[in-house]
Amino acid sequence: MPRSDAVWSAQGTTPDAIEAALRELLVQRHAENERYVPARVLNMIAFVDREWTGEIANRLRAVGRYSPSRLLVLAYEPRRERLDARVTIVSEGEPDAGGFALLRETVVVELGDRHLDDMLTIADPLVVTDLPTVLWSPHGHYDIVEVLLALSQAVLLDSIDEPIWRDAIDRACKLSERAYVVDLAWLRSTPWRERVAASFDPPRHRPELRAIERLTVRHHPASTVSAMLLAGWLASRLDWQPGSLVARGDELLGRAHAGRSSIGRQDVALRLQSAPALQVRGLEGLTLATASGRELSLDRGPGGLRARARDPRGVERTWTIPGASRGEGGILGEGVRQALLRDPTYVPAVEAAQAMLP
Amino acid sequence: LSVAVAAGRPTAPTEAENPLTEGLERLPPPPTALVIFGATGDLARRKLLPALYNLAHDGALPESFYLIGVARKEKAHEDYRAECEQAIRRFSRRTPDDDVLKALLENVKYVPGTFEEDSVYTELHRLLDEFEEQAGEPLNRAFYLATDPSFFGVIVGELGRSKLAQHAQAEVRVIIEKPFGTSLEEALELNRRVLAVFDETQVYRIDHYLGKETVQNMMAFRFANGMFEPLWNRNFIDYVQITAAEDIGIESRASYYDKSGALRDLIQNHMLQLLCHVAMEPPVSFTAEEVRNEKVKVLQAIPEPTPEEIPEMAVRAQYTKGHAGGEDVPGYLEEEGVPQDSITETYAALRVEVDNWRWAGVPFYLRTGKRLARKLTEVAVTLKPVPHLAFSQAGSLGVQPNQLVLTIQPNEGVSLSLVAKIPGTRMAIRPVNMEFLYGTSFLSQSPEAYERLITDAMRGDATLFTRNDEVEAQWRICDPIVEFWSSRQDRMAHYEAGSRGPEEAERLLREGHRWRAV
Repeated sequence: MPRSDAVWSAQGTTPDAIEAALRELLVQRHAENERYVPARVLNMIAFVDREWTGEIANRLRAVGRYSPSRLLVLAYEPRRERLDARVTIVSEGEPDAGGFALLRETVVVELGDRHLDDMLTIADPLVVTDLPTVLWSPHGHYDIVEVLLALSQAVLLDSIDEPIWRDAIDRACKLSERAYVVDLAWLRSTPWRERVAASFDPPRHRPELRAIERLTVRHHPASTVSAMLLAGWLASRLDWQPGSLVARGDELLGRAHAGRSSIGRQDVALRLQSAPALQVRGLEGLTLATASGRELSLDRGPGGLRARARDPRGVERTWTIPGASRGEGGILGEGVRQALLRDPTYVPAVEAAQAMLP
Repeated sequence: LSVAVAAGRPTAPTEAENPLTEGLERLPPPPTALVIFGATGDLARRKLLPALYNLAHDGALPESFYLIGVARKEKAHEDYRAECEQAIRRFSRRTPDDDVLKALLENVKYVPGTFEEDSVYTELHRLLDEFEEQAGEPLNRAFYLATDPSFFGVIVGELGRSKLAQHAQAEVRVIIEKPFGTSLEEALELNRRVLAVFDETQVYRIDHYLGKETVQNMMAFRFANGMFEPLWNRNFIDYVQITAAEDIGIESRASYYDKSGALRDLIQNHMLQLLCHVAMEPPVSFTAEEVRNEKVKVLQAIPEPTPEEIPEMAVRAQYTKGHAGGEDVPGYLEEEGVPQDSITETYAALRVEVDNWRWAGVPFYLRTGKRLARKLTEVAVTLKPVPHLAFSQAGSLGVQPNQLVLTIQPNEGVSLSLVAKIPGTRMAIRPVNMEFLYGTSFLSQSPEAYERLITDAMRGDATLFTRNDEVEAQWRICDPIVEFWSSRQDRMAHYEAGSRGPEEAERLLREGHRWRAV
């Protein structure tokens, strides 16, 4: 699709001048063709290291229609003295006859240490009032996140990116107290959660939710957090009281005490296994076994999830549940979309994961 | 989804609940075998198979999903799978992923035969049992009738006779495409035959308009915004106008269209459903039964037109040759496959009233047509004029009462015409538009109507499907007009292709009312 851009840039500028330039560019575009209309869905503030702005721009380009309507990139370079800015207004093509073309705005502000104390006064005039704002700081900078939370209703993070996964869970819990957290590590588990929920949804299978006695989650070596979140989800939804996990080789092992509603009050054995052969981040598979002898395994496979089910008589079958990978661009786009929604189950899941930390 | 917790905090699961569904935006439907009758037809190829692929792509099909195609031509399972693949590659809204497509097609089978043949149903029985054996559990069954409507009754009867309409351990549903009959008599007979085999709760009558996000939005617009409800009645609304205009002709559908016509093709179903959305009372809840109860009340409040009233409240017309998209186009009677003496209308306009407390005296104008100036579906609600305009008439331009327009296509949105002061020293005024386009405020793409409807049917949610009493009430309104028109060959008006429609439509309008430009 052809794109058409309007650009403004300035060195040594001010937030007021940037904001005036934005308004002027929008007026110009509208004057060119009144069917150019600005998208008004969501602001995103991205606080990034300046040297990585290109990489972040590439990641955001991959989200396609899930692009925020106004993206404010605060590109940080410690020794920078001057505030430089570039405003781009992009339309994804020309308006069709009788149709319209959406405009999306990107504001890149380059700043340094000397501007950090005034961060709020720089960012505030540059977000669209009355639109929800999501904050993303992919390179850490949690002290700045604390400041910019004042302008944001949601925070986008990827717990997998944290070098130390225990810190990731603690941080997610802490941030959740102040804002709505959209965790890409959580979103990677959505298809798995949907399938597990659907598998136990037929009324004849629901009682078995109370009889789960074993959970194994297989994950990319750098995605322990994903496995913890999935285990935390099941624990929080099914009223399990998990204890701390213990590391043994490439595995984390532990038990959860199933609550009052469980059949026979049996405990649940938890095993989080690293899967070194997995090429992509996230989960490789999971296995759930119930006291009745039923077992369900789901694993990544070509064209979807490879399912293996064993019934209490020991009869096994395997099949593929179709589904396409969303890719990392799709996950990030989903993260932007989720910033407008509210999933009440993440916080209980991450808190349960916190309770499992070794 | 069942809600087992407050604010996301879990409680102990009980047998009746599935606490894992909380927080999920969607839950794949239960294990299902879908049987498509008319599996090689246009609808299946263009809409149903691509919709199934896209559900598979999104991981939204049931955990165990099997598809059986039934059609007349003899062919092997493999050949049918190849046809499915071809249709999906051609008509899917996204480029298929080879692995996903392969996984979907793994569980596709084909049953050849005519719809009256016992052997078809015996084979269906065998395959469905085989699939259940393979799945290791009972499968819900959904029979999708995508055939010519003349087969609906036959297929349903055969499903009953062959004991396929019930299952001791699973749900069985039948999905019936439109048109549901071509007259009230046919609709009643079809309902009688369907309900002799299936319970009404098993029947899903498709009106794909109801699956459109835009139509569903009308309910959100009316019932989630407090500012409109106080005005939404006869005291403030002068008239309502519902338009479904198409710029295309009949294309290759002459054999269907010439038997149907504009009234039966669009007004009897889609447009009366739109009217219901505009006029219904707020339902107690958004369950299938509550929503449909309210809609049927609206239909029942529209009086059945008498032969004396019809010339005053209904206009029909045919397009003659003209211009569309800068090209010469033929008139309806010159279209390929249309009989020279056809009296099928390609344009229909009605004025109806909803005789209830809220709407008494408010005319609802409905119009639809082929080969009009442009493609447009909208609902325009015109408010009564202000009682006194205390502004200078000199210099004021085109002041009209406020109009609220809900555009369904092509650019879904809401527009409100207001009157504003023209900048300058004089107190002169003119109308301006306050416009809202849905596309500017949402990131997500609306799912295709058929993806939504197939999922809902597999899940057992009938909210977006038409109930038997709705269908019958719709026919009660349209049937007398169809009969009247077919008995009066001389009353056909004409309009030039590419125009705004026939002049005769003006006579339906009450004083001071006007058709909006198409």
